[in-house]
Amino acid sequence: MSGLAVCIEGVALLGPGLADWPAARAVLAGESTYRAAPTVLPAPALLPPNERRRSGTAVKIALAMGAAALEACGREAAGIATVFASSSADGDTCHAICEALAGPERLISPTRFHNSVHNAAAGYWSIATRNMAPSTSVCAHDASFGAGLLEACALVHALGEAVLLFAYDAPYPEPLWAKRPVADAFGTALVLAPAAGRGLARLELELGAQAPSRLEDAALETLRRQIPTARCLPLLGLLARAEPGTAVLDYLDELRLAATLAPCA
Amino acid sequence: MRPLQLTRTTMTSCLGRGLEATRAALRARASGLAPCRFETVALDTCVGEVSGVDEVRLAPALRGYDCRNNRLAALGLEQDGFAGAVRAAAVRFGARRIGVFLGTSTSGILQTELAYRRRDPATGALPPDFDYARTHNTFSVADFVRRQLGLAGPAWTVSTACSSSAKVFGTAARLIDAGLVDAAVVGGVDSLCLTTLYGFNSLELLSPEPCRPYDAARAGLSIGEAAGFALLEPMPASPAADAVALLGVGESSDAHHMSAPHPEGLGARMAIEAALADAGLGAADIDYVNLHGTATPSNDAAEDKAVVGVCGTRTPCSSTKGATGHTLGAAGAIEAVIAALAVRHGFMPGGANTRDLDTALRAHYLLESREAPVRRALSNSFGFGGTNCSLVLGRA
Repeated sequence: MSGLAVCIEGVALLGPGLADWPAARAVLAGESTYRAAPTVLPAPALLPPNERRRSGTAVKIALAMGAAALEACGREAAGIATVFASSSADGDTCHAICEALAGPERLISPTRFHNSVHNAAAGYWSIATRNMAPSTSVCAHDASFGAGLLEACALVHALGEAVLLFAYDAPYPEPLWAKRPVADAFGTALVLAPAAGRGLARLELELGAQAPSRLEDAALETLRRQIPTARCLPLLGLLARAEPGTAVLDYLDELRLAATLAPCA
Repeated sequence: MRPLQLTRTTMTSCLGRGLEATRAALRARASGLAPCRFETVALDTCVGEVSGVDEVRLAPALRGYDCRNNRLAALGLEQDGFAGAVRAAAVRFGARRIGVFLGTSTSGILQTELAYRRRDPATGALPPDFDYARTHNTFSVADFVRRQLGLAGPAWTVSTACSSSAKVFGTAARLIDAGLVDAAVVGGVDSLCLTTLYGFNSLELLSPEPCRPYDAARAGLSIGEAAGFALLEPMPASPAADAVALLGVGESSDAHHMSAPHPEGLGARMAIEAALADAGLGAADIDYVNLHGTATPSNDAAEDKAVVGVCGTRTPCSSTKGATGHTLGAAGAIEAVIAALAVRHGFMPGGANTRDLDTALRAHYLLESREAPVRRALSNSFGFGGTNCSLVLGRA
């Protein structure tokens, strides 16, 4: 089977101790030292003020990552199809609803209810950017980044146009956190375009069964194991070092994704 | 798109288990909706509850997945020889070459709602028997179905509210076309839970009586639960005479409002047009439209503008939500299965519960079931966040 090839045009990243892609790139390229620190959530600049207050972590991260990835490659949001991948919907919203439903009144606010859907970030993104292009939102628990990457690359292949992939985790508070301890909020976005184009690198994706690539830095390797979206890091490490090669990404059970980077044609 | 064969389909809803029970109920314009007696819910509304779900026992190796949603999935997989057809396909293609793409909106969240009633009074901790990953998580249902069927290919859940299990048909078509899989199990499973019942109640969108799509007096939706599945694969060189195919998928976003449709149905219209273009067909080629038709005043008004705008006022249309209720993340899949039944058996279901058509709506809404050939059917699914998906099914 031949791989599915796309061109990576733009990238954004946010995580614990990784303030943005330029900072993460320097860490992943070995130019600066990783220092653990809680993820600093961005202000959702795309939203009107009343919605900024009400928007959850998932929406804040996704919107910031999407905007940063587009800006990095000088593209406009309008007309770009989108894929959103997350290991869960917004953790805080889910907790608030479950807590309300366990109480005597069972009162849920309408806003909280529509913010609870897995595709809330997709809805806010399309409204904020007036983007009527196709969009999907996927979940595969720990395998969500791989699912999103496969869905996005297949969509590039089908449309013959650029696709914006968002991947993010918005952890649950207690008591759900004890059952699902995602270490911190994390997000990335990738602008993926047809392979014939010019960009940061050509990415070829294949399903396989090789052992997943690890990160040399022990703290980064811990992130990769503790946060579903951080499974992207071996791929972004190759990108940061502008290094041709193959990163094997953990996907689902014994299935892996072999992601091979090469210079654009 | 290159047409894909629906090699096997099945659905289980409040109308019954499997295709025969579903077809008989739809032909008779029967409704499975009844006043809500679900769990401890105290709401003045009707639901489409599937009977016997809680008697389903999962296979011992998969007990960790036990929750209402996965029980409903297991019940659905056993109807119409569906699981057997998939296992036969796994022998043909290899278990790694069959994808599993399922839609759900709430997966097994009921399990978490119940666990929140059993928190430790001292620490607030959830009970030890609560299994988040295998019940609550959105992926749980696709993970469970993949294991139940013994498949080992790529899998994920699509969760775009009420368009979820229409969109999985698009996902499967793209992955097959890209060569990542040879075939796919697609479908949708959503089950009753407090989040959606109390959530839609907070939006004042629940009807006190069984929902009446397209009716002048429609007063909101009735929530249902269902499991629907299809096995998709490339068309064989000589398909059977009664083979039904997925011919086109169209997707769009409203970019308008989180919980209200675009008032002119603009996004819906774009999805319908995209599905027709994907199928290489014109509006005149569509013999029947299975509407999203939730029976909320705003959905039916917006969808009517979209459907009339593309198909005109003569194409027969109906919503089957008066029969099944709105099964949310399963709606796209079961309505695709119903559209395939319409094609295979040459009938168009009349909309249950609807009595007095809203004269402001102009589409040709069927109040009686009709026996007539259906070569191609369109099925609409729209959801929160302004997500739209239309499918075209028919003879290849």
